[in-house]
Amino acid sequence: MIIEDLPPDAADRSGRPVLEVDELTVTFRRRGEQPTRAVDGVSFAVAPGETVGLVGESGCGKSVTSLAVMGLLPRRGVEVGGSVRLDGQELVGAPDRTLRGLRGADMAMVFQDPLSSLNPTVPIGTQVTEVLLEHRELSRKDATAQATDLLDRVGIPDPARRLKEYPHQLSGGMRQRALIAMALACRPRLLIADEPTTALDVTIQAQILELLRELVVDSGTALVMITHDLGVVAGLCDRVHVMYSGRIIESADRHELFARPRQPYTGGLLASVPRLDGVRGAPLHPIRGSARDVIPWAEGCAFAPRCDHAQDDCLTEVAGSTVPLEYDGPGRELRCRHPLEYPRSPAGATAAGAAR
Amino acid sequence: MTADPLLRVEGLQVHFPIKRGVFVDRTVGHVRAVDGVDLAVDRGSTYGLVGESGCGKSTLGRAVLRLVEPTAGQVWFDGTDVASLSGEPLRRMRRRMQMVFQDPLGSLDPRQDVESLLSEPLHAHGLGGGRAGIAERVRTLLDAVGLPSAALRRYPHEFSGGQRQRIGIARAVALEPDLLIADEPVSALDVSVQAQVLNLLEELQERLGLTYLVIAHDLAVVRHISDVVGVMYLGSLVEQAPADVLYEQPLHPYTRALMSAVPVPDPVVEENRERILLAGDLPSPANPPSGCRFHTRCPWRQETRCDDEAPVLRELGTGHLVSCHWAEEIRDGVLTPRSAEEVAATMGVSIRATGVENPESDALVQGLDAPIERR
Ligand SMILES: Nc1ncnc2c1ncn2[C@@H]1O[C@H](COP(=O)(O)OP(=O)(O)OP(=O)(O)O)[C@@H](O)[C@H]1O
Ligand SMILES: Nc1ncnc2c1ncn2[C@@H]1O[C@H](COP(=O)(O)OP(=O)(O)OP(=O)(O)O)[C@@H](O)[C@H]1O
Ligand code: SF4
Ligand code: SF4
Ligand SMILES: [Mg+2]
Ligand SMILES: [Mg+2]
Repeated sequence: MIIEDLPPDAADRSGRPVLEVDELTVTFRRRGEQPTRAVDGVSFAVAPGETVGLVGESGCGKSVTSLAVMGLLPRRGVEVGGSVRLDGQELVGAPDRTLRGLRGADMAMVFQDPLSSLNPTVPIGTQVTEVLLEHRELSRKDATAQATDLLDRVGIPDPARRLKEYPHQLSGGMRQRALIAMALACRPRLLIADEPTTALDVTIQAQILELLRELVVDSGTALVMITHDLGVVAGLCDRVHVMYSGRIIESADRHELFARPRQPYTGGLLASVPRLDGVRGAPLHPIRGSARDVIPWAEGCAFAPRCDHAQDDCLTEVAGSTVPLEYDGPGRELRCRHPLEYPRSPAGATAAGAAR
Repeated sequence: MTADPLLRVEGLQVHFPIKRGVFVDRTVGHVRAVDGVDLAVDRGSTYGLVGESGCGKSTLGRAVLRLVEPTAGQVWFDGTDVASLSGEPLRRMRRRMQMVFQDPLGSLDPRQDVESLLSEPLHAHGLGGGRAGIAERVRTLLDAVGLPSAALRRYPHEFSGGQRQRIGIARAVALEPDLLIADEPVSALDVSVQAQVLNLLEELQERLGLTYLVIAHDLAVVRHISDVVGVMYLGSLVEQAPADVLYEQPLHPYTRALMSAVPVPDPVVEENRERILLAGDLPSPANPPSGCRFHTRCPWRQETRCDDEAPVLRELGTGHLVSCHWAEEIRDGVLTPRSAEEVAATMGVSIRATGVENPESDALVQGLDAPIERR
């Protein structure tokens, strides 16, 4: 399952970002209802061969961010602001035809539930071949040969036979592989994976994560990994953006983030997951309340109702301004007025110790 | 007699018939959801059952409560064979065993407010001592699970997932059961909320002296909450050990693979840990592999014994049971594992789909020509 035979031109490691997202906002407007801002000024970039993680709890805006990048949100009732550039080309406001041309060819997406993103009435093989035929000048015969090759590369055994099978005949793990095969068909520069392993068993998850890891290393694809699982982030992502209520609240390289989380929310998340390698019986320290207990960012830090560090100046009324996302040392950004502090020498500092 | 385990399961089997046919349903085989499980849960302790989707965890829990009839085997609760009960004694026994479900919204009647959800079981069993007594009990329950009394007049959909799970737990402990069977109690919850519910379960256990059977697919959660952990694969227990021992020294190849696959939120650990990738998918429980059921994916498989002879669960250390022919050799490093690719190649790759909703079009059922078992 090694993706070694991609042409060298696919492995562009120039360092120039493949994807640049700037101040992205997404607002849902429904008649008779208050508009809801699901994504509220999100900025990040992904370089070739880099894996960037977007983490956060249910409803924080991860999926809406990815759909906005892919241009997959409906036009009606949805307002997208800010800028999304793929290899420098602006996608916000681009015509549907342009977006359709880019999707599948230059950027692709893998969803949590592969069954709903595959057509149940069309054999897997045909679905993969269609992608190839649509975006590349190939004869049907060559496309079929390439489809077989792709299924083989993503670790689907006996691919020639599998091509004729329907999605429901494959297991969850195999379907996810098929979907990844389709996403990879045209060697996209950008792959967005939205909770690609959440519905899978851990041993199958391990296989899929290994496949994604190989893909990034071998083809230089820029990968955006969306997940709520901090363990997956720790094992896969180079850079991590933690989201809360539609905004990024902390960004850092993965080692930095896990060793010294600064945002109380990030620290709280790490302190609330039981660790397989932790001391058994070590108490968990949950975050109070739930993601429903938020205040609008305009009124103050959305996390304030659940935050143990909150003080009066976390509210806009008191501070006179909203909490900004600011430089927080090399490679780090932070949105917090009273972050977690660590002793000067980084040697003794651990995430578990300081976050508690 | 208090040293007796509260719950004892012996040789438990649950086989579901696979029906097919146009005019007459014909049984074409059986899904061996639970296929011979022995376990015991001590009073006041927590037994955690882990395993991947479809290994039979939920079915085992349901069979203990007799929500499904076992095909064979016994369930002893507090010294009584549950199968021997019917009528009022069965009802009384059921009161002492309660269940908490994965999806709190699905298991709570949406038309009932919290007060009626919590008082209903008390009324039904004539407990709580009249209207005033019940009202008092309901308030105590709410308090115990950390919900404000303002919650009484509200309906399940008005709560967050974590709060709903609290209501489900309050409802389960309302009847003062001895045993609580929790099937994936936190897997539908946000990470930050999971910890609240796990802490609540621990606190209630301490306060009420409850015994737990916790069923979950998340090994980290199970290890955190359990005293003893049992690992299931295709309907059978492959390993059982005190939680710490299982983590320190997993002996069964499947347990080792499972543990190496659980992501740990620490990049340093992630970079340096042992990774055992397994070949292929879970085989179908309708047509389990011969010999050791894990042999189609096992990196340590030894020809031909693993293919032909089913290993028995045997004790290798105090309370540490494992069903693998080669457990000692694997532990001592005498045998070395093969890679997933090698295993796939040597096994000629037999990967069948599992967990398909529509059994008629299910590849595993289609592939099943002769009945595996006639009765
Ligand atoms: N079509 C829509 N109309 C109105 N609101 C929406 C719509 N889609 C999403 N939202 C809202 O936008 C917010 C962000 O949703 P999103 O799906 O991005 O969350 P998420 O971070 O992906 O969560 P999860 O982990 O549950 O997938 C949520 O509050 C959601 O209710
Ligand atoms: N009522 C039923 N009729 C037929 N087959 C069933 C029935 N209930 C469960 N099964 C089958 O029995 C096997 C075990 O199912 P069970 O629900 O116990 O697994 P599980 O370990 O709880 O899995 P999960 O983690 O997905 O909840 C599966 O193959 C399932 O399809
Ligand atoms: S800004 Fe204030 S409320 Fe928000 S996370 Fe920081 S300390 Fe807590
Ligand atoms: S008995 Fe053989 S196949 Fe089964 S777990 Fe042990 S080594 Fe692997
Ligand atoms: Mg989502
Ligand atoms: Mg289950």
